[in-house]
Amino acid sequence: MTATATPPAGSLLTAHDLRKAYGPTTALDGASFSIHPGEVVAVMGPSGSGKSTLLHCLAGIVTPDSGSITYSGREMATMNDSQRSALRRSEFGFVFQFGQLVPELTCVENVALPLRLNGTSRKEAERAALTWMERLEVDGLKGKRPGEVSGGQGQRVAVARALVTNPRVLFADEPTGALDSLNGERVMELLTEAARSTNAAVVLVTHEARVAAYSDREVVVRDGKSRDMERIV
Amino acid sequence: MSIGHTLLGLLESGPRHGYDLKRAFDEKFGHDRPLHYGQVYSTMSRLLKNGLVEVDGIEPGGGPERKRYAITDAGVTDVQQWLATPEKPEPYLQSTLYTKVVLALLTHRNAAELLDTQRSEHLRLMRILTDRKRQGDLADQLICDHALFHLEADLRWLELTAARLDRLAEAVTR
Amino acid sequence: MNVRQWSRDLALGVRFALTGGREGWVRLLLTGVGVGLGVALLLLTTAIPNALAARDAREDARTDITFSWEDVPKGDDTILVANVSTTYHGANIRGREVEPDGPHAPAPPGVSKLPAPGEMVVSPALEELLASGEGRLLRERLPERIVGTIGESGLVGPAELVFVRGGEDLESRIDTAAAVARIDGFGDREPQPSEPWDPVLLLMVLVVFVVLLMPVGVFIATAVRFGGERRDRRLAALRLIGSDSRMTRRIAAGEALAGALLGLLFGAVFFLLARQLAGSVELLEISVYPSYLSPSPLLAVLVAVAVPAAAVLVTLLALRGVVIEPLGVVRLSRPARRRLWWRLLLPVVGLAMLAPMIGQGGDDGNFNQYLVTGGVVLLLVGVTALLPWVVETVVARLGAGPVSWQLAVRRLQVSSGSAARMVNGIAVAVAGAIALQMLFAGAESQYTRDSGKDLSRAQMSVRVPEGTALDTVAEEFRATEGVDAVYALSSTYANDRPGDEAELISEVTVGDCRTLREVAALPSCQDGDVFVVNGAAYDEATPELAKAGRTLWFDAAQDSPGEPTGWTVPGTLKEAQSVDDPTGMRRGGFLFTPSALPEGAEGAVSHEVFLGIDRSVPDAPEHVRNTAAAVDPYSEPSQWASVERSERFDSIRTGLFVGAACVLFLIGASLLVSQLEQLRERRKLLSALVAFGTRRRTLSLSVLWQTAVPIALGLALSMTVGLALGAVLLKMTAVPVVVDWVSVWSMTGFGAAVVLAVTLLSLPPLLRLMRPDGLRTE
Repeated sequence: MTATATPPAGSLLTAHDLRKAYGPTTALDGASFSIHPGEVVAVMGPSGSGKSTLLHCLAGIVTPDSGSITYSGREMATMNDSQRSALRRSEFGFVFQFGQLVPELTCVENVALPLRLNGTSRKEAERAALTWMERLEVDGLKGKRPGEVSGGQGQRVAVARALVTNPRVLFADEPTGALDSLNGERVMELLTEAARSTNAAVVLVTHEARVAAYSDREVVVRDGKSRDMERIV
Repeated sequence: MSIGHTLLGLLESGPRHGYDLKRAFDEKFGHDRPLHYGQVYSTMSRLLKNGLVEVDGIEPGGGPERKRYAITDAGVTDVQQWLATPEKPEPYLQSTLYTKVVLALLTHRNAAELLDTQRSEHLRLMRILTDRKRQGDLADQLICDHALFHLEADLRWLELTAARLDRLAEAVTR
Repeated sequence: MNVRQWSRDLALGVRFALTGGREGWVRLLLTGVGVGLGVALLLLTTAIPNALAARDAREDARTDITFSWEDVPKGDDTILVANVSTTYHGANIRGREVEPDGPHAPAPPGVSKLPAPGEMVVSPALEELLASGEGRLLRERLPERIVGTIGESGLVGPAELVFVRGGEDLESRIDTAAAVARIDGFGDREPQPSEPWDPVLLLMVLVVFVVLLMPVGVFIATAVRFGGERRDRRLAALRLIGSDSRMTRRIAAGEALAGALLGLLFGAVFFLLARQLAGSVELLEISVYPSYLSPSPLLAVLVAVAVPAAAVLVTLLALRGVVIEPLGVVRLSRPARRRLWWRLLLPVVGLAMLAPMIGQGGDDGNFNQYLVTGGVVLLLVGVTALLPWVVETVVARLGAGPVSWQLAVRRLQVSSGSAARMVNGIAVAVAGAIALQMLFAGAESQYTRDSGKDLSRAQMSVRVPEGTALDTVAEEFRATEGVDAVYALSSTYANDRPGDEAELISEVTVGDCRTLREVAALPSCQDGDVFVVNGAAYDEATPELAKAGRTLWFDAAQDSPGEPTGWTVPGTLKEAQSVDDPTGMRRGGFLFTPSALPEGAEGAVSHEVFLGIDRSVPDAPEHVRNTAAAVDPYSEPSQWASVERSERFDSIRTGLFVGAACVLFLIGASLLVSQLEQLRERRKLLSALVAFGTRRRTLSLSVLWQTAVPIALGLALSMTVGLALGAVLLKMTAVPVVVDWVSVWSMTGFGAAVVLAVTLLSLPPLLRLMRPDGLRTE
């Protein structure tokens, strides 16, 4: 687990010695991480260990108190909020456990949303969205609102949305947390397949072993410290 | 479960008589199945032959139970290797894993690391199974799923044990 | 469903409302304040008739000079009273000069000891005014020593300006001026059956009540629904632990009831505060004593019963489209499409009710109050009924746009009903306010136009008592500060027969050549000339009378019972062409140079001085009034300028504007509350949106659109209805329809301000909610 200050060769996203506290609670206490393009890395650990905080830091949603995060050779600490937002819009994709689809928008509009935020025209965005929905086998739901589809379908819509911008890193925080095993597996299969086909890196936060089994390797976070299992074994 | 490694581990805290070893083993690991003294004797003589232990002294009166054993450097290395090597993931591993965790705690080694290593080993197998499942037919899927669910159960146990390490350490070193 | 179960469930709901933790308290407080404001307004309106009645009673009790009374013989219990009322800075000051005939003379109400000549008693408000720097000029007019204050029983309101001063030799004026009378007691002996209200005024009052009360109703209905989403979750929890759906509804109603009851309490407090405040406020020269403002018990009880009952009913009604299940609240996702016909029916029926009264306000119009109120209420209710349909229809057709627009429009499409509900209050208030302001503005412009005075030459006139030397008076006015032109005109009448037998009456104007040229174009003029005037409107008598050799009779002076003076129309009568006189009128009749007037006719000649005022001199009218008071305290100068009238209109407009602003503020507050609630609901979603890179600007704009679109629609609709209602009301009062664009735009501006304020105030919480904390699940 002794990570070096220089990112490993070929690494797309690297974090070194991250520390982050929310008030008196320490969420990260010297966590490190790195991922290569096309790699699926599971971040595991018990509840409250700091997995989600690590993901938020890696994605530039949260700024760590100290430590460095390099994406594609750029140091994130030097970016301001709008630069990081732009990065998230264009280079990253996100899937969460729930509460992520805008309930008023139809499914296809939800999928098209990240493209539209990037300034793509509505027509073009929805065409691209539909392509992704086909790949995730939810193109039949395009006119439906999120409230009208099942949890598994909704989550696949969310995956389509996360991938529609062809992100280089996909962040998934308990993507199957609200689904049963079968639906969860289907979502994971489609997610990893789609990510591999676009050579996107996937940071997969989960506490479920069977979900983590879809990864190439795992990083364990415990008490705010990360252990990259590949480096140890 | 390796009785030899277990007894070696128990010796790490200091030389003991064969009788003490049996008592310590029964107390910590033998809950429902106390060790026969014969087993201790044969194990100890094998370890002695392999140079992992040495006889520290013999009390008057004779008999194997009067021999005091001490661990050798080779013995310590052997324990270390054993603890660091993850078990092959298979069902009903708890007793071995449990022994390993307790020994690690007793010998002030990093039990959490041991658990993480084991988890990694489990996951490695789970990845293989998951992969096979993706390519296989329904029968393959069902078979793989069975194994996966069992492995997952072990992993959960690992997680739980990891979460309770502090309490366990308190209990075994008391 | 028995009473015990009902009351038990309602009580449970009340308890839930009271034990809801901090959130619950805030919600309860908001509801309480909202309902309380409404209740206070209701109580005030129910108290106003009482207050006006109390004022009338006071007014009756101090009545002194009337025209109908017979002469009262002088005795030791009689008193001479002269009306010496005046005006100062546009405010009326009631003035009386009193001279007791004997020791038992009655005193006016509120005056304990009659003031002697050179002394006066004043109302507290007047005393304050006289003592202030603002009252300096008035003090010159009323120099008497202040020897006491007039008690409450002699005043109709705390801000009324009244003085009673001692007089001398009033007897000599008793016949020359109608403003002097001998009486043996104050108070109206033969109270007239109260005059029917001026129909236009009645209409205004009815509309004001409706316009003020409707939004209050809408607001109360909205207020009891504060915290709806949170409540839903609580109700679902109740279902989970086994309460059935009806019980749950009743418990929800109980929660609303708690807010309404608290609102009643707040309302009573607000009302008492407002009542105290009312004592120090003067609106349209009307002030009332707090004690006058007591609602009739019956109406108060009605309010106390109706408001909580309405709260319960509204809640039960609102929950109609909601299915409360143990695992959550399900709103019927696709409610029946809103139908247009019955919504259109309301305003159409309203217009139909108003239609028969169009054009009735001219002279003796009488409005059927039920039809008027019904019509206005239906039109305004029509707004609230139409708005949801309009919002739904328009929003469903709103198309492409940037992401912020898409987010807002989609949100509105899903819940157009709640959006419409939120702006309903605004819509009613604005529609009513626009209609009312049109009515006021129209009526006001009508009155100003009617005066038709030519204000370019003279802006004030003063009647000079008969027998006063006109030249001296004119000289005094010329010397008065702020006066730059003085036209002294004398006039009397020439009739075909002497005295009361006269049938044909012609106006006679007496003056020197210079003055006469102010009223007619004279071919030539020298003293001794008499002219007959052509070109005056409505003068049919003069051509008949202006025949050479015909004898005309001048009126005799009133105080000397002499014979009427006869005068023969000479053959040398010159003709003159009438021009606009200083008052803007075209005079007819005869023009006499002073020496041409026959002997004995001058006694009946009345004099009037017309004054041109230099507007740049501050308080010029007050200087004129001071001079006039010195010349003759019993006649009051009149000022024609429309300035004062429009000032008064301004105050009405300001009042309405303030009222409408308060209503809009209230509604803005409830908008804000529901906006915040909605934002908190969506905390997770907002964080997720931020995670994948949504700009803050996009989300802020979407919040803005979400408020702006329904309010814009509401304003558009209410403007249409308001303008239509205003036009109809103006038609009813037979006043030309003029759109008061100032008020239309100011209302619109205010609506826009509310949108902006709500958006701005919801931004900080929005930005806070957009922080990634919302993503934390652990």
